[in-house]
Amino acid sequence: MSDIRFTKDHEWVLVDGDTATIGISDYAQEQLGDVVFVELPDIGKTLEQGDEAAVVESVKAASEVYAPVSGEVIEVNEELEAAPGRVNEDATGEGWFVKLKLTDEDELDDLMDEAAYAKYIKELD
Amino acid sequence: MRYLPLTTDDRAQMLAAIGAKSVDELFKDVPEAARLDGLIDLPRRQGEMEVERQLAAMAGKNIPAGQVPFFVGAGAYKHHIPATVDHLIQRSEFLTSYTPYQPEITQGTLQYLFEFQTQVSMLTGMEVANASMYDGSTACGEAVLMAHRVTKRKKAVLSGNLHPHYQDVVANLSDFGSYKLVTEPPCPKGTEGLAGEIDEETSCVVVQNPDIFGHVRDLSALAEAAHAKGALMIVVVPEIVSLGLITPPGEMGADIVVGEGQSLGNGLNFGGPYVGLFAAKQKFVRQMPGRLCGETVDAEGKRGFVLTLSTREQHIRREKATSNICTNSGLCCLAFTIHLSLLGEEGYTRLARINHANAVKLADALGAVPGVNVLNEAFFNEFTIETPKPGAEVIDALVEKGVLGGVPLSRLMPGNDEMKNLIAVASTEVNSDQDRAAYARALKEVLA
Repeated sequence: MSDIRFTKDHEWVLVDGDTATIGISDYAQEQLGDVVFVELPDIGKTLEQGDEAAVVESVKAASEVYAPVSGEVIEVNEELEAAPGRVNEDATGEGWFVKLKLTDEDELDDLMDEAAYAKYIKELD
Repeated sequence: MRYLPLTTDDRAQMLAAIGAKSVDELFKDVPEAARLDGLIDLPRRQGEMEVERQLAAMAGKNIPAGQVPFFVGAGAYKHHIPATVDHLIQRSEFLTSYTPYQPEITQGTLQYLFEFQTQVSMLTGMEVANASMYDGSTACGEAVLMAHRVTKRKKAVLSGNLHPHYQDVVANLSDFGSYKLVTEPPCPKGTEGLAGEIDEETSCVVVQNPDIFGHVRDLSALAEAAHAKGALMIVVVPEIVSLGLITPPGEMGADIVVGEGQSLGNGLNFGGPYVGLFAAKQKFVRQMPGRLCGETVDAEGKRGFVLTLSTREQHIRREKATSNICTNSGLCCLAFTIHLSLLGEEGYTRLARINHANAVKLADALGAVPGVNVLNEAFFNEFTIETPKPGAEVIDALVEKGVLGGVPLSRLMPGNDEMKNLIAVASTEVNSDQDRAAYARALKEVLA
Protein backbone atom coordinates (compact mmCIF):
# COMPACT_ATOMS: atom_id res chain seq x y z
CA MET A 1 0.00 0.00 0.00
CA SER A 2 3.00 2.35 0.21
CA ASP A 3 3.10 2.92 -3.53
CA ILE A 4 2.75 6.44 -4.88
CA ARG A 5 -0.56 7.24 -6.62
CA PHE A 6 -1.50 10.08 -8.95
CA THR A 7 -4.64 12.01 -9.91
CA LYS A 8 -5.61 13.34 -13.31
CA ASP A 9 -5.05 16.82 -11.87
CA HIS A 10 -1.40 15.92 -11.25
CA GLU A 11 -1.40 15.56 -7.49
CA TRP A 12 0.40 12.64 -5.91
CA VAL A 13 -0.31 10.79 -2.68
CA LEU A 14 1.88 8.42 -0.74
CA VAL A 15 0.36 6.44 2.12
CA ASP A 16 2.28 5.22 5.16
CA GLY A 17 0.03 3.58 7.75
CA ASP A 18 -2.91 5.99 7.97
CA THR A 19 -0.84 9.04 6.98
CA ALA A 20 -1.22 10.29 3.40
CA THR A 21 1.44 12.70 2.11
CA ILE A 22 0.35 14.92 -0.77
CA GLY A 23 2.13 17.02 -3.37
CA ILE A 24 2.15 17.87 -7.06
CA SER A 25 3.84 15.73 -9.70
CA ASP A 26 7.12 16.44 -11.42
CA TYR A 27 5.17 16.94 -14.62
CA ALA A 28 3.01 19.58 -12.89
CA GLN A 29 5.98 21.55 -11.54
CA GLU A 30 7.57 21.54 -14.97
CA GLN A 31 4.38 22.90 -16.54
CA LEU A 32 4.01 25.60 -13.89
CA GLY A 33 7.56 26.90 -14.07
CA ASP A 34 9.28 28.52 -11.08
CA VAL A 35 7.07 28.14 -8.02
CA VAL A 36 7.07 31.38 -5.99
CA PHE A 37 4.45 30.73 -3.34
CA VAL A 38 2.45 27.91 -1.81
CA GLU A 39 -0.66 28.61 0.26
CA LEU A 40 -1.22 25.75 2.69
CA PRO A 41 -4.34 24.81 4.68
CA ASP A 42 -4.75 25.13 8.45
CA ILE A 43 -3.86 22.12 10.55
CA GLY A 44 -7.00 20.35 11.73
CA LYS A 45 -8.98 21.19 8.61
CA THR A 46 -11.01 18.28 7.23
CA LEU A 47 -10.83 17.75 3.49
CA GLU A 48 -13.04 15.61 1.30
CA GLN A 49 -11.55 13.95 -1.75
CA GLY A 50 -11.44 16.64 -4.46
CA ASP A 51 -11.56 19.62 -2.05
CA GLU A 52 -9.11 22.46 -2.52
CA ALA A 53 -6.14 21.61 -0.30
CA ALA A 54 -3.60 24.24 -1.30
CA VAL A 55 -2.79 26.88 -3.89
CA VAL A 56 0.46 26.84 -5.80
CA GLU A 57 1.63 30.00 -7.47
CA SER A 58 4.31 30.18 -10.13
CA VAL A 59 5.61 33.15 -12.07
CA LYS A 60 2.97 32.53 -14.72
CA ALA A 61 -0.07 31.07 -12.98
CA ALA A 62 -1.83 30.26 -9.75
CA SER A 63 -3.46 26.84 -9.49
CA GLU A 64 -5.48 24.97 -6.94
CA VAL A 65 -4.19 21.70 -5.53
CA TYR A 66 -7.00 19.26 -4.76
CA ALA A 67 -6.97 16.58 -2.08
CA PRO A 68 -6.50 13.18 -3.82
CA VAL A 69 -8.06 11.48 -0.79
CA SER A 70 -10.20 12.55 2.17
CA GLY A 71 -8.74 13.20 5.60
CA GLU A 72 -7.78 15.65 8.30
CA VAL A 73 -4.76 17.91 7.84
CA ILE A 74 -2.17 16.84 10.42
CA GLU A 75 0.94 18.55 9.05
CA VAL A 76 1.92 21.06 6.38
CA ASN A 77 5.33 21.60 4.82
CA GLU A 78 6.24 24.89 6.47
CA GLU A 79 9.60 24.95 4.73
CA LEU A 80 7.84 25.85 1.51
CA GLU A 81 7.08 29.27 2.92
CA ALA A 82 10.73 30.28 2.81
CA ALA A 83 11.77 27.93 0.00
CA PRO A 84 8.92 27.40 -2.48
CA GLY A 85 11.57 26.34 -5.04
CA ARG A 86 11.67 22.95 -3.28
CA VAL A 87 8.60 22.08 -5.32
CA ASN A 88 10.62 22.48 -8.53
CA GLU A 89 13.70 20.73 -7.19
CA ASP A 90 12.07 17.69 -5.66
CA ALA A 91 8.33 17.61 -6.37
CA THR A 92 7.66 14.10 -5.12
CA GLY A 93 10.06 14.31 -2.18
CA GLU A 94 11.01 17.40 -0.16
CA GLY A 95 8.50 19.47 -2.11
CA TRP A 96 5.50 17.78 -0.45
CA PHE A 97 2.58 20.02 0.61
CA VAL A 98 0.31 18.42 3.18
CA LYS A 99 -0.03 15.32 5.36
CA LEU A 100 -3.53 14.00 5.94
CA LYS A 101 -4.88 11.43 8.35
CA LEU A 102 -6.49 9.09 5.87
CA THR A 103 -10.16 8.34 6.44
CA ASP A 104 -10.99 6.05 3.54
CA GLU A 105 -8.31 3.78 2.09
CA ASP A 106 -10.63 2.66 -0.69
CA GLU A 107 -10.34 6.09 -2.30
CA LEU A 108 -6.83 5.13 -3.38
CA ASP A 109 -8.36 2.70 -5.84
CA ASP A 110 -9.67 5.69 -7.84
CA LEU A 111 -6.09 6.86 -8.48
CA MET A 112 -3.39 5.90 -10.97
CA ASP A 113 -0.19 4.05 -10.15
CA GLU A 114 3.14 5.32 -11.45
CA ALA A 115 2.98 3.39 -14.74
CA ALA A 116 -0.60 4.43 -15.48
CA TYR A 117 0.23 8.08 -14.72
CA ALA A 118 3.32 7.96 -16.98
CA LYS A 119 1.09 6.71 -19.76
CA TYR A 120 -1.53 9.37 -18.96
CA ILE A 121 0.88 12.32 -19.24
CA LYS A 122 2.40 10.88 -22.37
CA GLU A 123 -1.04 11.08 -23.97
CA LEU A 124 -1.36 14.72 -22.84
CA ASP A 125 1.80 15.85 -24.61
CA MET B 1 -24.13 45.72 -38.50
CA ARG B 2 -25.65 49.07 -39.40
CA TYR B 3 -25.29 51.65 -36.68
CA LEU B 4 -28.89 52.73 -36.76
CA PRO B 5 -31.66 52.75 -34.17
CA LEU B 6 -33.73 49.58 -33.95
CA THR B 7 -36.68 49.35 -36.26
CA THR B 8 -40.06 48.05 -35.14
CA ASP B 9 -39.25 44.83 -37.00
CA ASP B 10 -35.91 44.45 -35.17
CA ARG B 11 -37.72 44.82 -31.86
CA ALA B 12 -40.38 42.30 -32.78
CA GLN B 13 -37.70 39.76 -33.80
CA MET B 14 -35.71 40.24 -30.61
CA LEU B 15 -38.77 39.98 -28.39
CA ALA B 16 -39.86 36.82 -30.24
CA ALA B 17 -36.40 35.29 -29.73
CA ILE B 18 -36.60 35.68 -25.94
CA GLY B 19 -40.31 34.97 -25.73
CA ALA B 20 -41.55 38.36 -24.49
CA LYS B 21 -44.72 39.82 -25.97
CA SER B 22 -43.79 43.48 -25.64
CA VAL B 23 -41.08 45.80 -24.31
CA ASP B 24 -43.31 46.52 -21.32
CA GLU B 25 -43.44 42.83 -20.51
CA LEU B 26 -39.66 42.69 -20.75
CA PHE B 27 -39.35 45.32 -18.02
CA LYS B 28 -42.13 44.04 -15.77
CA ASP B 29 -39.61 43.16 -13.03
CA VAL B 30 -38.82 46.86 -12.62
CA PRO B 31 -41.19 48.26 -9.99
CA GLU B 32 -43.88 50.41 -11.55
CA ALA B 33 -42.95 53.48 -9.54
CA ALA B 34 -39.47 53.38 -11.04
CA ARG B 35 -40.71 53.14 -14.63
CA LEU B 36 -41.21 56.12 -16.93
CA ASP B 37 -44.71 56.59 -18.16
CA GLY B 38 -44.20 58.01 -21.66
CA LEU B 39 -41.55 60.42 -22.90
CA ILE B 40 -39.70 62.91 -20.72
CA ASP B 41 -40.97 66.44 -21.17
CA LEU B 42 -38.06 67.93 -23.14
CA PRO B 43 -38.16 70.33 -26.08
CA ARG B 44 -37.86 68.39 -29.34
CA ARG B 45 -35.15 70.60 -30.78
CA GLN B 46 -33.28 73.82 -30.06
CA GLY B 47 -30.38 75.78 -31.52
CA GLU B 48 -26.91 75.59 -29.97
CA MET B 49 -27.07 79.16 -28.65
CA GLU B 50 -30.44 78.59 -26.97
CA VAL B 51 -29.15 75.38 -25.33
CA GLU B 52 -26.00 77.14 -24.09
CA ARG B 53 -28.01 79.99 -22.65
CA GLN B 54 -30.41 77.66 -20.87
CA LEU B 55 -27.66 75.43 -19.43
CA ALA B 56 -25.65 78.47 -18.31
CA ALA B 57 -28.70 79.72 -16.42
CA MET B 58 -29.05 76.34 -14.73
CA ALA B 59 -25.33 76.22 -13.86
CA GLY B 60 -25.69 79.72 -12.43
CA LYS B 61 -27.85 78.27 -9.65
CA ASN B 62 -24.79 76.51 -8.21
CA ILE B 63 -22.73 78.26 -5.58
CA PRO B 64 -19.10 77.50 -6.50
CA ALA B 65 -17.03 76.50 -3.49
CA GLY B 66 -14.31 78.97 -4.44
CA GLN B 67 -16.58 82.01 -4.40
CA VAL B 68 -18.00 81.95 -0.87
CA PRO B 69 -16.78 81.19 2.63
CA PHE B 70 -16.78 77.39 2.36
CA PHE B 71 -16.76 74.97 5.32
CA VAL B 72 -18.12 71.76 3.85
CA GLY B 73 -16.25 68.50 4.45
CA ALA B 74 -17.61 65.11 5.56
CA GLY B 75 -15.36 63.12 3.27
CA ALA B 76 -14.49 65.65 0.55
CA TYR B 77 -12.22 68.59 1.34
CA LYS B 78 -11.42 71.79 -0.48
CA HIS B 79 -7.70 72.45 -0.51
CA HIS B 80 -5.45 74.68 -2.55
CA ILE B 81 -4.04 72.66 -5.46
CA PRO B 82 -0.87 74.24 -6.87
CA ALA B 83 -1.17 75.12 -10.58
CA THR B 84 1.91 72.94 -11.25
CA VAL B 85 -0.16 69.83 -10.54
CA ASP B 86 -2.68 70.54 -13.25
CA HIS B 87 0.04 71.58 -15.66
CA LEU B 88 2.04 68.38 -15.21
CA ILE B 89 -0.84 65.91 -15.31
CA GLN B 90 -1.93 67.42 -18.62
CA ARG B 91 1.24 66.24 -20.37
CA SER B 92 -0.12 63.88 -23.02
CA GLU B 93 2.16 61.01 -21.88
CA PHE B 94 0.14 61.00 -18.66
CA LEU B 95 -3.20 62.37 -19.74
CA THR B 96 -3.91 60.07 -22.68
CA SER B 97 -2.29 56.84 -21.53
CA TYR B 98 -4.60 54.08 -20.47
CA THR B 99 -3.99 51.51 -17.74
CA PRO B 100 -0.72 49.63 -18.41
CA TYR B 101 -1.86 46.50 -20.21
CA GLN B 102 1.67 46.04 -21.54
CA PRO B 103 3.18 47.15 -18.27
CA GLU B 104 6.90 46.93 -18.90
CA ILE B 105 6.89 49.28 -21.87
CA THR B 106 5.18 51.99 -19.79
CA GLN B 107 8.03 52.66 -17.38
CA GLY B 108 6.88 56.24 -16.73
CA THR B 109 3.45 55.13 -15.53
CA LEU B 110 4.91 52.33 -13.45
CA GLN B 111 7.43 54.69 -11.87
CA TYR B 112 4.82 57.18 -10.68
CA LEU B 113 2.61 54.36 -9.41
CA PHE B 114 5.61 52.99 -7.51
CA GLU B 115 6.28 56.41 -6.02
CA PHE B 116 2.60 56.79 -5.16
CA GLN B 117 2.70 53.44 -3.33
CA THR B 118 5.83 54.51 -1.47
CA GLN B 119 4.15 57.75 -0.37
CA VAL B 120 0.97 56.00 0.76
CA SER B 121 2.88 53.44 2.76
CA MET B 122 4.99 56.16 4.42
CA LEU B 123 1.95 58.31 5.29
CA THR B 124 -0.07 55.44 6.72
CA GLY B 125 2.86 53.79 8.49
CA MET B 126 2.26 50.50 6.68
CA GLU B 127 4.65 48.13 4.91
CA VAL B 128 2.97 47.84 1.54
CA ALA B 129 0.48 49.88 -0.48
CA ASN B 130 -1.20 49.21 -3.82
CA ALA B 131 -1.47 51.40 -6.92
CA SER B 132 -4.82 52.88 -5.71
CA MET B 133 -8.51 52.04 -5.67
CA TYR B 134 -11.49 54.01 -7.04
CA ASP B 135 -12.07 56.01 -3.86
CA GLY B 136 -12.01 55.77 -0.09
CA SER B 137 -15.35 53.98 0.16
CA THR B 138 -14.56 51.21 -2.34
CA ALA B 139 -11.15 50.80 -0.72
CA CYS B 140 -13.00 50.33 2.58
CA GLY B 141 -15.35 47.72 1.10
CA GLU B 142 -12.42 45.83 -0.42
CA ALA B 143 -10.54 45.94 2.88
CA VAL B 144 -13.40 44.14 4.61
CA LEU B 145 -13.45 41.43 1.93
CA MET B 146 -9.68 41.09 2.28
CA ALA B 147 -9.98 40.66 6.04
CA HIS B 148 -12.50 37.86 5.46
CA ARG B 149 -9.98 36.12 3.18
CA VAL B 150 -7.06 36.56 5.57
CA THR B 151 -8.89 35.36 8.67
CA LYS B 152 -11.22 32.89 6.91
CA ARG B 153 -14.02 34.45 8.99
CA LYS B 154 -17.19 36.14 7.82
CA LYS B 155 -18.23 38.79 10.32
CA ALA B 156 -17.21 42.44 10.19
CA VAL B 157 -17.84 44.99 12.95
CA LEU B 158 -18.31 48.54 11.70
CA SER B 159 -17.98 51.61 13.85
CA GLY B 160 -21.15 53.73 13.89
CA ASN B 161 -18.89 56.71 13.28
CA LEU B 162 -17.71 55.38 9.93
CA HIS B 163 -19.01 57.66 7.14
CA PRO B 164 -22.55 56.41 6.29
CA HIS B 165 -21.68 56.31 2.57
CA TYR B 166 -18.73 54.04 3.36
CA GLN B 167 -21.04 51.85 5.44
CA ASP B 168 -23.34 51.57 2.44
CA VAL B 169 -20.52 50.50 0.13
CA VAL B 170 -19.31 47.88 2.62
CA ALA B 171 -22.87 46.54 2.92
CA ASN B 172 -23.23 46.49 -0.85
CA LEU B 173 -20.00 44.54 -1.45
CA SER B 174 -20.76 42.21 1.45
CA ASP B 175 -24.04 41.27 -0.19
CA PHE B 176 -22.18 39.13 -2.70
CA GLY B 177 -21.00 36.63 -0.09
CA SER B 178 -22.65 35.10 2.94
CA TYR B 179 -21.08 37.77 5.11
CA LYS B 180 -22.34 39.22 8.34
CA LEU B 181 -22.14 42.88 9.26
CA VAL B 182 -22.54 44.31 12.73
CA THR B 183 -22.94 48.09 12.54
CA GLU B 184 -22.90 50.09 15.73
CA PRO B 185 -25.19 53.11 16.17
CA PRO B 186 -23.46 56.46 15.60
CA CYS B 187 -21.95 58.08 18.67
CA PRO B 188 -21.77 61.89 18.30
CA LYS B 189 -19.70 62.25 21.48
CA GLY B 190 -17.02 59.97 20.04
CA THR B 191 -16.83 57.71 23.07
CA GLU B 192 -17.91 54.55 21.27
CA GLY B 193 -16.36 51.35 22.64
CA LEU B 194 -16.10 48.68 19.96
CA ALA B 195 -13.94 46.10 21.72
CA GLY B 196 -16.95 44.34 23.25
CA GLU B 197 -18.37 43.56 19.82
CA ILE B 198 -15.30 41.63 18.68
CA ASP B 199 -15.50 37.86 19.12
CA GLU B 200 -13.86 34.70 17.72
CA GLU B 201 -15.97 34.93 14.57
CA THR B 202 -15.04 38.53 13.82
CA SER B 203 -12.73 39.00 10.86
CA CYS B 204 -12.24 42.72 11.32
CA VAL B 205 -13.26 45.88 13.08
CA VAL B 206 -13.55 48.97 10.88
CA VAL B 207 -12.97 52.35 12.46
CA GLN B 208 -12.57 55.82 10.96
CA ASN B 209 -10.06 58.39 12.19
CA PRO B 210 -10.93 61.26 12.27
CA ASP B 211 -14.48 59.91 12.38
CA ILE B 212 -17.61 61.35 10.75
CA PHE B 213 -18.05 63.77 13.67
CA GLY B 214 -14.41 64.80 13.46
CA HIS B 215 -13.22 63.02 16.61
CA VAL B 216 -9.58 61.92 16.63
CA ARG B 217 -8.82 58.90 18.77
CA ASP B 218 -5.97 56.67 19.86
CA LEU B 219 -6.84 53.27 18.42
CA SER B 220 -4.03 51.23 19.99
CA ALA B 221 -6.26 49.59 22.61
CA LEU B 222 -8.83 48.65 19.98
CA ALA B 223 -6.08 47.06 17.86
CA GLU B 224 -4.98 45.00 20.84
CA ALA B 225 -8.55 43.91 21.55
CA ALA B 226 -9.01 42.87 17.91
CA HIS B 227 -5.73 40.98 17.78
CA ALA B 228 -6.52 39.17 21.02
CA LYS B 229 -9.52 37.61 19.23
CA GLY B 230 -7.61 36.94 16.02
CA ALA B 231 -9.37 39.78 14.17
CA LEU B 232 -7.84 42.55 12.07
CA MET B 233 -8.18 46.28 12.60
CA ILE B 234 -9.03 48.31 9.50
CA VAL B 235 -8.51 52.06 9.85
CA VAL B 236 -10.24 54.44 7.45
CA VAL B 237 -8.63 57.85 6.89
CA PRO B 238 -11.14 60.18 5.20
CA GLU B 239 -8.80 63.20 5.10
CA ILE B 240 -5.24 62.26 4.15
CA VAL B 241 -3.82 65.65 5.20
CA SER B 242 -4.65 64.67 8.81
CA LEU B 243 -1.70 62.23 8.82
CA GLY B 244 0.63 65.23 8.78
CA LEU B 245 -0.20 65.63 12.48
CA ILE B 246 -1.98 62.51 13.73
CA THR B 247 -0.12 59.30 14.64
CA PRO B 248 -0.21 57.04 11.54
CA PRO B 249 -2.65 54.11 11.84
CA GLY B 250 0.24 51.69 11.29
CA GLU B 251 1.82 52.86 14.55
CA MET B 252 -1.48 52.24 16.37
CA GLY B 253 -1.54 48.61 15.26
CA ALA B 254 -3.69 48.76 12.10
CA ASP B 255 -3.54 45.69 9.85
CA ILE B 256 -5.12 47.41 6.84
CA VAL B 257 -5.36 51.16 6.25
CA VAL B 258 -7.63 52.65 3.61
CA GLY B 259 -8.20 56.27 2.84
CA GLU B 260 -9.53 58.96 0.56
CA GLY B 261 -6.69 60.72 -1.25
CA GLN B 262 -8.77 63.49 -2.87
CA SER B 263 -7.35 66.20 -0.60
CA LEU B 264 -3.97 65.98 -2.32
CA GLY B 265 -3.93 67.04 -5.97
CA ASN B 266 -7.63 66.62 -6.59
CA GLY B 267 -10.46 69.14 -6.54
CA LEU B 268 -13.95 68.47 -5.21
CA ASN B 269 -15.07 67.47 -8.75
CA PHE B 270 -18.74 67.12 -7.76
CA GLY B 271 -17.83 64.04 -5.69
CA GLY B 272 -15.55 62.18 -8.08
CA PRO B 273 -13.38 60.81 -9.58
CA TYR B 274 -11.33 60.50 -6.42
CA VAL B 275 -8.46 58.25 -5.44
CA GLY B 276 -8.66 55.38 -2.95
CA LEU B 277 -5.64 54.57 -0.81
CA PHE B 278 -4.98 51.01 0.30
CA ALA B 279 -2.12 49.82 2.51
CA ALA B 280 -1.50 46.73 4.60
CA LYS B 281 1.02 44.68 6.52
CA GLN B 282 3.48 42.84 4.27
CA LYS B 283 2.33 39.42 5.48
CA PHE B 284 -1.11 40.00 3.92
CA VAL B 285 0.22 41.15 0.54
CA ARG B 286 -1.10 38.12 -1.37
CA GLN B 287 -4.63 38.87 -0.22
CA MET B 288 -4.50 42.53 -1.26
CA PRO B 289 -6.80 43.73 -4.03
CA GLY B 290 -5.61 45.79 -6.96
CA ARG B 291 -2.41 46.43 -8.80
CA LEU B 292 1.03 46.39 -7.24
CA CYS B 293 4.10 47.92 -8.84
CA GLY B 294 7.49 46.58 -7.92
CA GLU B 295 11.02 47.79 -8.41
CA THR B 296 13.55 45.53 -10.10
CA VAL B 297 16.60 45.56 -12.36
CA ASP B 298 16.61 44.79 -16.07
CA ALA B 299 18.96 42.48 -17.98
CA GLU B 300 21.63 45.19 -17.94
CA GLY B 301 21.31 45.76 -14.21
CA LYS B 302 19.45 49.07 -14.58
CA ARG B 303 16.63 50.12 -12.25
CA GLY B 304 13.19 49.39 -13.68
CA PHE B 305 9.59 48.78 -12.66
CA VAL B 306 7.15 45.91 -13.14
CA LEU B 307 3.65 44.95 -12.14
CA THR B 308 4.22 42.34 -9.49
CA LEU B 309 2.22 39.56 -7.80
CA SER B 310 -0.15 39.61 -10.77
CA THR B 311 -1.26 36.07 -10.02
CA ARG B 312 -3.69 37.60 -7.49
CA GLU B 313 -5.43 39.46 -10.30
CA GLN B 314 -8.44 38.58 -12.36
CA HIS B 315 -6.72 38.08 -15.71
CA ILE B 316 -4.80 35.14 -14.22
CA ARG B 317 -6.74 34.04 -11.17
CA ARG B 318 -10.19 34.35 -12.79
CA GLU B 319 -13.02 34.06 -10.27
CA LYS B 320 -10.56 33.43 -7.44
CA ALA B 321 -8.89 36.81 -7.93
CA THR B 322 -8.52 38.98 -4.83
CA SER B 323 -10.63 41.67 -6.52
CA ASN B 324 -12.20 42.72 -9.78
CA ILE B 325 -10.47 46.06 -9.75
CA CYS B 326 -8.07 46.33 -12.65
CA THR B 327 -7.87 49.86 -13.94
CA ASN B 328 -7.84 52.61 -11.32
CA SER B 329 -8.03 56.35 -10.93
CA GLY B 330 -4.56 56.67 -12.47
CA LEU B 331 -4.58 60.37 -13.24
CA CYS B 332 -5.99 61.25 -9.80
CA CYS B 333 -3.26 59.23 -8.19
CA LEU B 334 -0.63 60.99 -10.32
CA ALA B 335 -2.04 64.35 -9.14
CA PHE B 336 -1.79 63.09 -5.54
CA THR B 337 1.83 62.07 -6.06
CA ILE B 338 2.85 65.35 -7.69
CA HIS B 339 1.12 67.48 -5.04
CA LEU B 340 2.73 65.55 -2.20
CA SER B 341 6.15 65.68 -3.90
CA LEU B 342 5.82 69.45 -4.25
CA LEU B 343 4.94 69.79 -0.57
CA GLY B 344 7.71 67.50 0.66
CA GLU B 345 7.67 66.16 4.20
CA GLU B 346 8.05 69.58 5.76
CA GLY B 347 5.42 71.24 3.58
CA TYR B 348 2.96 68.44 4.20
CA THR B 349 3.35 68.70 7.97
CA ARG B 350 3.03 72.47 7.76
CA LEU B 351 -0.13 72.16 5.67
CA ALA B 352 -1.60 69.89 8.34
CA ARG B 353 -0.70 72.40 11.07
CA ILE B 354 -2.38 75.26 9.20
CA ASN B 355 -5.50 73.14 8.72
CA HIS B 356 -5.71 72.28 12.38
CA ALA B 357 -4.99 75.83 13.52
CA ASN B 358 -7.72 77.16 11.19
CA ALA B 359 -10.24 74.64 12.48
CA VAL B 360 -9.40 75.51 16.09
CA LYS B 361 -9.94 79.21 15.36
CA LEU B 362 -13.27 78.40 13.72
CA ALA B 363 -14.38 76.18 16.61
CA ASP B 364 -13.58 79.03 19.01
CA ALA B 365 -15.50 81.54 16.88
CA LEU B 366 -18.58 79.32 16.42
CA GLY B 367 -18.50 78.09 20.02
CA ALA B 368 -18.79 81.73 21.13
CA VAL B 369 -22.11 82.12 19.27
CA PRO B 370 -24.94 81.94 21.85
CA GLY B 371 -26.58 78.49 21.90
CA VAL B 372 -23.86 76.77 19.87
CA ASN B 373 -21.98 73.86 21.38
CA VAL B 374 -18.82 72.25 19.96
CA LEU B 375 -18.95 68.48 20.62
CA ASN B 376 -15.29 67.60 20.08
CA GLU B 377 -12.38 67.44 22.46
CA ALA B 378 -9.80 66.33 19.88
CA PHE B 379 -10.21 66.98 16.18
CA PHE B 380 -8.13 67.74 13.08
CA ASN B 381 -9.71 70.11 10.52
CA GLU B 382 -13.34 69.15 11.09
CA PHE B 383 -15.65 69.13 14.10
CA THR B 384 -19.33 68.92 14.98
CA ILE B 385 -21.49 71.71 16.35
CA GLU B 386 -24.85 71.42 18.02
CA THR B 387 -27.27 74.25 17.30
CA PRO B 388 -30.55 75.16 19.00
CA LYS B 389 -32.31 74.83 15.63
CA PRO B 390 -32.37 71.88 13.20
CA GLY B 391 -29.05 71.68 11.33
CA ALA B 392 -30.57 71.44 7.86
CA GLU B 393 -32.56 74.65 8.44
CA VAL B 394 -29.50 76.43 9.79
CA ILE B 395 -27.44 75.43 6.74
CA ASP B 396 -30.17 76.57 4.33
CA ALA B 397 -30.45 79.91 6.13
CA LEU B 398 -26.65 80.30 5.98
CA VAL B 399 -26.73 79.70 2.21
CA GLU B 400 -29.12 82.66 1.94
CA LYS B 401 -26.44 84.73 3.66
CA GLY B 402 -23.74 83.50 1.27
CA VAL B 403 -21.97 81.04 3.58
CA LEU B 404 -21.67 77.29 2.92
CA GLY B 405 -21.50 76.27 6.54
CA GLY B 406 -21.02 72.49 6.56
CA VAL B 407 -23.00 69.28 6.30
CA PRO B 408 -26.12 68.78 8.45
CA LEU B 409 -25.61 65.28 9.84
CA SER B 410 -29.35 64.62 9.50
CA ARG B 411 -28.76 64.55 5.74
CA LEU B 412 -26.14 61.80 6.09
CA MET B 413 -28.18 59.85 8.64
CA PRO B 414 -31.82 60.54 7.81
CA GLY B 415 -34.36 59.40 10.37
CA ASN B 416 -31.91 59.52 13.26
CA ASP B 417 -33.30 62.11 15.72
CA GLU B 418 -29.97 62.42 17.49
CA MET B 419 -28.54 64.03 14.34
CA LYS B 420 -31.26 66.66 14.00
CA ASN B 421 -29.34 69.62 15.41
CA LEU B 422 -25.81 68.54 14.46
CA ILE B 423 -23.62 70.03 11.73
CA ALA B 424 -20.18 68.79 10.60
CA VAL B 425 -17.96 71.80 9.93
CA ALA B 426 -14.56 71.77 8.20
CA SER B 427 -11.93 74.47 7.87
CA THR B 428 -8.85 74.00 5.69
CA GLU B 429 -6.00 76.28 4.62
CA VAL B 430 -8.27 77.96 2.04
CA ASN B 431 -10.34 79.76 4.69
CA SER B 432 -9.26 83.24 5.74
CA ASP B 433 -9.94 85.02 9.02
CA GLN B 434 -12.59 87.04 7.15
CA ASP B 435 -14.30 83.80 6.06
CA ARG B 436 -14.47 82.60 9.65
CA ALA B 437 -15.73 85.96 10.90
CA ALA B 438 -18.40 85.95 8.17
CA TYR B 439 -19.50 82.47 9.25
CA ALA B 440 -19.74 83.37 12.95
CA ARG B 441 -21.64 86.56 12.14
CA ALA B 442 -24.09 84.80 9.81
CA LEU B 443 -24.64 81.96 12.30
CA LYS B 444 -25.40 84.46 15.05
CA GLU B 445 -27.99 86.13 12.84
CA VAL B 446 -29.55 82.83 11.79
CA LEU B 447 -29.91 81.66 15.37
CA ALA B 448 -31.10 85.00 16.77
